[in-house]
Amino acid sequence: MSSTMSAPSSAGRADDRVPLLQINNLQVGFQTQTGVVPAVRGASLSLHAGETLAIVGESGSGKSTTAHAIINLLPGSGKVTGGEILFEGRDLTKISEKEMQQIRGKLIGFVPQDPMANLNPVWSVGFQVQEAIKANGIATGRADVKKHAIQVLKEAGLADADKRLKQFPHQFSGGMRQRVLIGIGLSSRPKLLIADEPTSALDVTVQRTILDNLEKLTREIGTALLFITHDLGLAAERAEHLVVMYKGQVVESGPSREILANPLHPYTQRLVAAAPSLASRRIQSSVHRLAELDYSATDVTEGLDLIETAEVRAEAAAAASKREDAIVVKDLTKVYKIRGNKEAFTAVDNVSFSIQRGTTMALVGESGSGKSTVAKMLLRLEDATEGQILINGTDTAPLKGRALLDLRRKMQPVFQDPYGSLDPLRNIGNTISEPLNTHKVGDKKSRRERVYELLEQVSLPNALASRYPGELSGGQRQRVAIARALALKPEIVILDEAVSALDVLVQAQILQLLSDLQTELDLTYLFITHDLAVVRVIADHVTVMQRGKIVERATTDEVFDNPQMDYTKELLNAIPGAGIALRV
Amino acid sequence: MGGYILRRLLQAIPVFFGTTFLIYFMVFAMPGDPIIAMFGDKTPNPALVAQLRAQYHLDQPFIVQYFIYIGGIFRGDFGISYSGVPVGDILLRTFPVTLKLAVIALFFETVFGILVGLISGLRKGKLFDASSLVISLILISLPIFVIAFVGQYVFGVQLGWARTTVGPGAPVGDLILPALVLASISFAQIVRLTRSSVIETSSLDFVRTAYSKGLSRNRIVPVHILRNSLIPVVTYLATDFGVLLVGATVTEGIFNVPGVGNTLYQAIIRSEGPTVVSFVTVMVLLYLVVNLIVDLLYGLLDPRIRYVK
Repeated sequence: MSSTMSAPSSAGRADDRVPLLQINNLQVGFQTQTGVVPAVRGASLSLHAGETLAIVGESGSGKSTTAHAIINLLPGSGKVTGGEILFEGRDLTKISEKEMQQIRGKLIGFVPQDPMANLNPVWSVGFQVQEAIKANGIATGRADVKKHAIQVLKEAGLADADKRLKQFPHQFSGGMRQRVLIGIGLSSRPKLLIADEPTSALDVTVQRTILDNLEKLTREIGTALLFITHDLGLAAERAEHLVVMYKGQVVESGPSREILANPLHPYTQRLVAAAPSLASRRIQSSVHRLAELDYSATDVTEGLDLIETAEVRAEAAAAASKREDAIVVKDLTKVYKIRGNKEAFTAVDNVSFSIQRGTTMALVGESGSGKSTVAKMLLRLEDATEGQILINGTDTAPLKGRALLDLRRKMQPVFQDPYGSLDPLRNIGNTISEPLNTHKVGDKKSRRERVYELLEQVSLPNALASRYPGELSGGQRQRVAIARALALKPEIVILDEAVSALDVLVQAQILQLLSDLQTELDLTYLFITHDLAVVRVIADHVTVMQRGKIVERATTDEVFDNPQMDYTKELLNAIPGAGIALRV
Repeated sequence: MGGYILRRLLQAIPVFFGTTFLIYFMVFAMPGDPIIAMFGDKTPNPALVAQLRAQYHLDQPFIVQYFIYIGGIFRGDFGISYSGVPVGDILLRTFPVTLKLAVIALFFETVFGILVGLISGLRKGKLFDASSLVISLILISLPIFVIAFVGQYVFGVQLGWARTTVGPGAPVGDLILPALVLASISFAQIVRLTRSSVIETSSLDFVRTAYSKGLSRNRIVPVHILRNSLIPVVTYLATDFGVLLVGATVTEGIFNVPGVGNTLYQAIIRSEGPTVVSFVTVMVLLYLVVNLIVDLLYGLLDPRIRYVK
């Protein structure tokens, strides 16, 4: 396709039409002390005006780097080393910074990934929207700019925009901030909007409303959307075309439904098999068991499959006789006093549930629903305002000293952020053996052996013991965190969003690992998550929380097949890919 | 806001009593008899000694001395120094000089420190950055008296641009050289602090978002990078202004500045209870006020910090 042709003037799909954006054989490298490390190695894609294209891939696949290269905002030492990026026929890799400035914001809008970090905390929201409007010459004059800002924010879903202009980002929730960023991105009616994982930091229900709105807006304005995500289900649901990237290369591209129904590349096949959003749906319709699966294999029929995991679980649960309760929670309430406010905040309101030994209960809800507070009280990191927690029949509230230490030994947590929960200055071996030291279990030699045993249990090589967290990937770190939790041979593991921060493939591996460990060690899990998609493959029972209260409690099958409450239905609908027909 | 300020000012009351009591006690506990020391090598006249002791209340128990002193402060009487001058007069004479010196020094270190630090941070790894890092390292490593003597020799003796010592009345022109010397180390610290803060802010996500909105670098640097980078610098400036107000004994000594540091040093040597305690008390109160102003300034710089009523 020629780069000198003028931009298309009419809408309407035709293959000989010049695309709005065409990337040919793009190469991007990062300069390091040991030379240039390639991040994108020959990526090509094309996007026509008014269309939607999703780039899918795991972290490090080069999908975000490709997006940033388009508007020349590569981080640090990143540089385009080859290929071309044609936008309306102009090669963006060859234009000056000044010309690029004219394109950014005005012709190509950008919605970043993390709404918490992408608004300047010291300027009001209104200021930051108006600044974009002024810079792109959309409106001039104070009143005009302000009017435009309010309109843009209202479109983006901030109904009371006029009242909130003077507020600062920290007074906005994550979802609200993302709406502001979308408003900024679309403020000058760009021809192309790049959305880099715009909702991966948000709750599923919020994600859904925001993406619905984004879809509606871009369609109305006629903006083409380049959507970047790690979730294949989400990509397929939101975009007409898919580009799958793996290790800096495009491995597969084409219409979304086709790719999903008939993935050709082994990596895409693995992505389809591992995506919890898709797997949870297929479990419902799958009737026959699949063959024994192995993650490392490239062929999907031998690859990791969450359906397998879920089926094994279900069978084991059915075979087991009536088990006694490991955790019983009765009328648990937690009230926080708010400074400068007479009214107290009830984070957890009269919550009761029980978990049988060797089973998993998923505690599901959006952020702020009180699920993490329940976990903190179970772990005795917070004291309950009212109510009772019985672990193996013992009330935990009066425990002190030695007895509390014994309780902690039986109950171990794994937290969400594998980057934050490991001490960067402590090597992996010491990290895992720390609980053993604290509880004075064994001597130096036996602790070392236990570390190796644990590393093996979580499928990590022994050599990792002398490495540091900074040298590990997110998935490996989470395995280390799980190994540490298992060090004391606990009976109960509390997993607080333990897989939410991980890529889909890694997420699938960890879920499988957790499932295997449960069978092997007869563990009881409290699995806290905001994502119902992963619940299906790991949990026996589901408890749904909303604003501190339990709204639904049932077995996993009942919740998925026959949800009783509107809120649960809403959560189920919010699972990406819910509307896609799948080959099962 | 008003409630917050009031609460902070009320906090100053226990601090005032605590510091005055502690300092008074420490001066009282110092070895040696200040009255005997006044006589030097001469044999003290017992009658005169007794009279002097009574005059300075040194014959009373410690706690009584303290309350006599505190009572005096509330009547505006800071006591009499051993050379017979009211301490209040000494305070009025020396504090303005030190304040002038401190303000000039603060002006230089703030303006040039932030400017050099900003340019360094934006040009990380370039020649300007490398040289400013080396120069600031040299300034930080040199003891202040070396900088003072070198400055005095080069600018005062060789070039003749400035007077080597400060003349009577401490005119502003005479104070510039000592102020520059005094500012040099803080200048180097501010350069480094601003530089690292600017580098950190530049790599934050919202800066990239600002570029993606189509803003020019000329707007992003002052609006999105500099303002956010100034928060840690302001913290440093506040403590530094406190330090400058307390006076620079060494610099004031070398340039013969009739300021607080010099006077306090002499008073400590002579164990002059009322003088030492009065000076330190004024310093502590000044320090509290400066800290309050800085905390309020934070709220202006960073809207996330809001004071609960």
